[in-house]
Amino acid sequence: MVWLLTDSGERQMPDAVLDDGGLWLSPEDMTAATGWELKPEGLCLGEVCVSATPGGFARDGKIDAAAFWRHMGWPVASSDDGSAWLLGEGAETRRSSLESLTAPDFTLPDLAGVQHALSGQRGKKVFLATWASW
Amino acid sequence: MWQALFDELKDQNFAIITVAMDADAEAARPFIEAAAPDYISLIDRDHRVAGLYNMVNVPQALWIDESGQIVRPPEVAGTYDTVRARDKVTREVPAEVQARRDKARIVYQDAIRDWVKHGAESKHVFSAAEAKARMTIPDDNVATAHANFRLGQFLMRQGKADAAEPLFTEARRLHPESWTIWRETEEKNEAGLAAGPTFWARIDALGEKKFYDTVDMAGMPG
Repeated sequence: MVWLLTDSGERQMPDAVLDDGGLWLSPEDMTAATGWELKPEGLCLGEVCVSATPGGFARDGKIDAAAFWRHMGWPVASSDDGSAWLLGEGAETRRSSLESLTAPDFTLPDLAGVQHALSGQRGKKVFLATWASW
Repeated sequence: MWQALFDELKDQNFAIITVAMDADAEAARPFIEAAAPDYISLIDRDHRVAGLYNMVNVPQALWIDESGQIVRPPEVAGTYDTVRARDKVTREVPAEVQARRDKARIVYQDAIRDWVKHGAESKHVFSAAEAKARMTIPDDNVATAHANFRLGQFLMRQGKADAAEPLFTEARRLHPESWTIWRETEEKNEAGLAAGPTFWARIDALGEKKFYDTVDMAGMPG
């Protein structure tokens, strides 16, 4: 069983095929995991479409999600046995987000498991501090 | 550490959020329970906040205004580079350096008070151009390091330490400046600290560089 981690969560991908060092997904699974949709003009997210032909990441009705991610210049990580993959957010997205000075939002749990979003504090000044036990 | 300040300022439209960069919430629990915070105290097992804000060590902090804009980018959260001053044998910090650390904390907390009182008019709030110039921006290697780190933590939670190991090695290789990634993935001693000989060797290898940069703020001990 293949696990796929993205910014939107952790999913098991029962129909994923590992081949040629790639992570081949059905178009439906690709969309569910990443939001990118296979259309006649290529892989699309909203208004943005990327032609699937030159990258070689579409074949026999499946998409090599890892090859597509690398083609876009975004981070891909995988375990040696291919059973766990991560498609991450690219540095370019981080750059434009930080340069806009808008604090990137996140949602994390407290010790009791209650989720809190940074954006839930909008309207207040927020002092955001990190620490660690180690 | 922040509770007293929060008690003082919480009625002035001010929130504190602390984020523990701890893969294991149980390691953070005793510290949080001892601090008994009534501000928001979160656990970030995958160090997502470090990735989002390009942070490389703890404690780091930033200031966000009422509209969600960053007015002081991530910086050392009002402490002093005591680590470098520790005696190599006893690990004790000289009294003079401790005094500087205490002073740094006072100056930093006073700056927060000033910001809460004066908002954008505070001398400690940067203009947008200045804040932008002080922001450190991650490159592709940093983004990929965080991807490897997060996948490694996922595998650790599945009990697959062997599968996680190469991912952590890659994360360290791609982002050598990150103390958070390095220490989280390093073996901890009986006190839960990644402070063995390899840590001190890494500190020594800094040469003239600091472990904690001095906060650029009027009155901060140099």
